[in-house]
Amino acid sequence: MSVFILPVILIVLLIICIIKKVKVYDCFLEGTKDSLSLIKSIFPYVASIFVCIELFKASGLSATVSGWLAKPLSYLGIPSEITEIILLVPLSGNGTIALLESIINDCGVDSYPARCAAVIAGATETIFYISAVYFSACKVRKLRYAIPVAIFCTLLGTVVACALCRIM
Amino acid sequence: MNVAFTALTLISLVLLTIVSPATAFPTMLQGVMNAITLILKLCAIYSVWLSVLKMMQATALDKKLSRILRPLIKRLFKNESDETYQWISVNLAGNMLGMGGVATPAGIKAMQSMATPEQTVASNNMILLLIINATSIQLIPATVIAIRATAGSADASSIFLPTLISTAVSTISGVILCKVFSLTDKKKDGKNEQNSISPIHKQPLNKGFCKIKPSMHRGNNR
Repeated sequence: MSVFILPVILIVLLIICIIKKVKVYDCFLEGTKDSLSLIKSIFPYVASIFVCIELFKASGLSATVSGWLAKPLSYLGIPSEITEIILLVPLSGNGTIALLESIINDCGVDSYPARCAAVIAGATETIFYISAVYFSACKVRKLRYAIPVAIFCTLLGTVVACALCRIM
Repeated sequence: MNVAFTALTLISLVLLTIVSPATAFPTMLQGVMNAITLILKLCAIYSVWLSVLKMMQATALDKKLSRILRPLIKRLFKNESDETYQWISVNLAGNMLGMGGVATPAGIKAMQSMATPEQTVASNNMILLLIINATSIQLIPATVIAIRATAGSADASSIFLPTLISTAVSTISGVILCKVFSLTDKKKDGKNEQNSISPIHKQPLNKGFCKIKPSMHRGNNR
């Protein structure tokens, strides 16, 4: 059912365009032009963050840090198998999916850690990536309390997710 | 961001040099390669979605959408221009429908229209928009359900409700915390130079603007 939603929305939009006599071809030209300049402005941010993430993972630092965090997080009801995914979720979307797949392989798809990991992968966003990209078009660099609050709330959501997976 | 980036990169690089020095440089290149792959994918996605956005603007559909979401958005984001409200409503609608491709460009435009060209410190409204996006409410976690289904789960979509509740909790707590922080901000107002970026004197007022309270003029008498 849900596969139809997007195409149908687009068809409706095109029909409205025809009724309102909008130049659709010109819209596409403009849109693509805009996308090129948008890409140009966000590329430096994406590239730098990706270098950082790649080093973070390859050096084994992410595994080490998640080893340290496993104990305190287990008091919050978060199983130790998924600490690394919690660490990677704010950084990289692809990394999260890769880790989710390895957790599913290790623990079995319907096990408790695998379900927690799935909920976390589905419910959280890549905070650092978003904050870099969203501010890429303006000169704002000081984000004040934005990142701590975002991380805290994501962690809160994670604790709730693990608690819910226990009972549901 | 600069401190976090330098620290993380330095520590990782030192560790990597100790463990396997030969891979240090290729790893960094691999990072940029990943970025290029992603950016090409994004370029394709944005080309289509920005064209769709142009069509929405040309048919004035975005105005209609923002009128539906306006009561909510106006309550959350006070004192912004009409253009900003429109971008924010497209951003939020895109998020809720799971269309990340349309939400991100709209969010970038909203940030741009909220900032003055010289502004370097994020205003409370910008932070709020960022936090709503960083904790975004996800209605259907399609990718994750697909992964579980291919791995042979007995009930792949059983994670749907926990995901929805968890993301709702993080977004709502984010909005509340954000509002708490902006309140404490206002109290410190007299002393703090940072808060002089009130959105008011960014652009000329237009019709949809809400009335300005006298207290909002704080930035002007400096």
